[in-house]
Amino acid sequence: MKNAYLGVDVGSVSTNLVVMDENGEILQNLYIRTMGQPVKAVQEGLKELGSLIGDDVQIKGVGTTGSARNLTSVLIGADVVKNEITAHAVAVSQLVPGAQTIIEIGGQDSKIIIMRDGVVTDFAMNTVCAAGTGSFLDQQAARLNIPIERFGELALKSKNPVRIAGRCAVFAESDMVHKQQLGHLLEDIIAGLSEALVRNYLNNVGKGKEILAPVVFQGGVAANVGIKAAFEKALQTEVIIPKYYNVMGAVGCCYLAMEATKKNPTKFKGWEAAELKFRPTSFECRSCPNMCEVIQVYENDVIIARWGDRCGKWSNASLKTEVS
Amino acid sequence: MKISFPIMGNSYIAFKQLIKDLGHEPIVPPMPTARTMSLGTMYSPEFACIPFKILLGTYLEAIEMGADVIVSSGGHGPCRAGYYGILQQKIIEDLGYDTKIIIFDSFAKTYKDFISKLSWLLKTGKKSWWDLYQAFKPAWAKLKALDEIELYSHQVRPYEINQGETMKVYRKCLEIMDEPVSKLQIKEAKEVCMKMLKEIPQDKSRNPLKIGIIGEIYVLIEPFANLDLQATLGEMGVYSERSMNLFHWLKENTKMSRHEKKIIKSALPYLREKIGGHGINSIGETVMYAQQGFDGVIQLAPFSCIPEIVAKGILPQVSHDQGIPVMTIFLDEMMGKAGMQTRLEAFVDLLQQKRDLKFA
Repeated sequence: MKNAYLGVDVGSVSTNLVVMDENGEILQNLYIRTMGQPVKAVQEGLKELGSLIGDDVQIKGVGTTGSARNLTSVLIGADVVKNEITAHAVAVSQLVPGAQTIIEIGGQDSKIIIMRDGVVTDFAMNTVCAAGTGSFLDQQAARLNIPIERFGELALKSKNPVRIAGRCAVFAESDMVHKQQLGHLLEDIIAGLSEALVRNYLNNVGKGKEILAPVVFQGGVAANVGIKAAFEKALQTEVIIPKYYNVMGAVGCCYLAMEATKKNPTKFKGWEAAELKFRPTSFECRSCPNMCEVIQVYENDVIIARWGDRCGKWSNASLKTEVS
Repeated sequence: MKISFPIMGNSYIAFKQLIKDLGHEPIVPPMPTARTMSLGTMYSPEFACIPFKILLGTYLEAIEMGADVIVSSGGHGPCRAGYYGILQQKIIEDLGYDTKIIIFDSFAKTYKDFISKLSWLLKTGKKSWWDLYQAFKPAWAKLKALDEIELYSHQVRPYEINQGETMKVYRKCLEIMDEPVSKLQIKEAKEVCMKMLKEIPQDKSRNPLKIGIIGEIYVLIEPFANLDLQATLGEMGVYSERSMNLFHWLKENTKMSRHEKKIIKSALPYLREKIGGHGINSIGETVMYAQQGFDGVIQLAPFSCIPEIVAKGILPQVSHDQGIPVMTIFLDEMMGKAGMQTRLEAFVDLLQQKRDLKFA
């Protein structure tokens, strides 16, 4: 019997699950698309992972992260629920010791994390703008009818990248259309887009941050060699892409779960959680004009969690007494 | 006359009494909600900042309740707030209302204007200057008591054993403080509230992180504008102190306090010029929080606020020199609680690691 830890990162675009043993070896990792249905994605992932892992591995701890971290923690029984920034930083400090800067670009958000001596000293996340994240690249690839996987290599072919306005995703698209109509080569436009996204990232998220090498680049967008090249050009340094670049948040959760279960037994519901009937519902609270959208999650017929209210009326209410 | 005023934290309880004592009928607008925000956003210029939008929304809700006059304060220096009253008056007129907005600017700088507006309020309320003097004392005492109660609630919250209890007790305190009229009654009511807060079951063995909160005054003080930052931090087990509260601000503007001089002096190595709003304060306060041994600083700024943007540009240097992490949160009507929660959690993790390293 082998002891292992489960990390789950449920983001806007992808749901990632990682099983890691006590020595930090990754036994399995899954990267699936969330498709706007986090409950389904988590349960499918759990089912698949359970069958891949088999019976000779025992899960000793579970950690969740990502924008659906609270929901996921309720579904599978997590020992630790962490924000994405800390989870990513923990993973890097273990897998790329000595890293000083982490560039993380996911489906809808992008972050920069500054680390010194293995500890986070500063960070930033995109706030008012999502240009340059994975979703935008996905959309442009679809529009140009290029598989997203080939986007990066095409960019590398370019000898003469055009300049694209990267401040706003919509205007960037207008600008690309304009450049296409003028007759620029497709690869030059794609390379230009990559550079614009990197420029936008460095000017927004990276503004005022001390970016020192070694620089680690992770998140789904790190698969794009065009963006990697654009970062290397702009930063004048090599950019490291770790082996598990697209599931780093989940890897971080494994380490956090290991830490959290040192003294306590795990709350993991087991692989069977994939078969439980979960039903998230929502309603509008009418107690005040805020009209909060309150989410409640049912496991079979029992409400197991509630959140979304501003005042705490629902989230603080004792669940057991409310169910009847 | 029916007189209304902006909502800013718990100050409405004191203002309500003052207006009543000046012979007018106070209209207390509803606490800002999503509806206030939608109303305000609908009729504001898109790039006005969030205080403008919430205030305009509040004014419109007060007008619905029949307010004839809205009394508010102005701003000075290169911050747009100085023109907000005038612009809001125009918007309200364009919407077809005849409600008047009266803006009181800093007494020290515009005392003639200040006095003429005050005397108009007295005349229409059929009150004398002596009445004003009599009414002012309890209102001032109430404002001070309300501030003290709120500050104390922030001190208790990180230690509370049952999450959310401090919030419940604090809400009850606000109801209690609405009752008393005389200075003595206010004092007694305050003591009742302080005792209630003190009796909340607390775990004093905790050693909470300490965060100083700086930035633009309205988003600092009004919990609706900052998505209840201080209560959120408190319930995460973090002690927070904000650089400004209404009582102190009034004292500064009536030249009864010299605290601001100290803040500006602390900012001098980084900034010599007043840049409007509370921009220079944000710099000086960060220096002071670092010197007082706080673990970190959060800057709250309305999106597009020039003084705070300038301060933000300087803060990385202050943070570096003083060894105190600083995080800036820009607030606008698009801001969601989930995004804020993620950033706060990450920032608190960062501070905790820093502290652990220091004592390791």
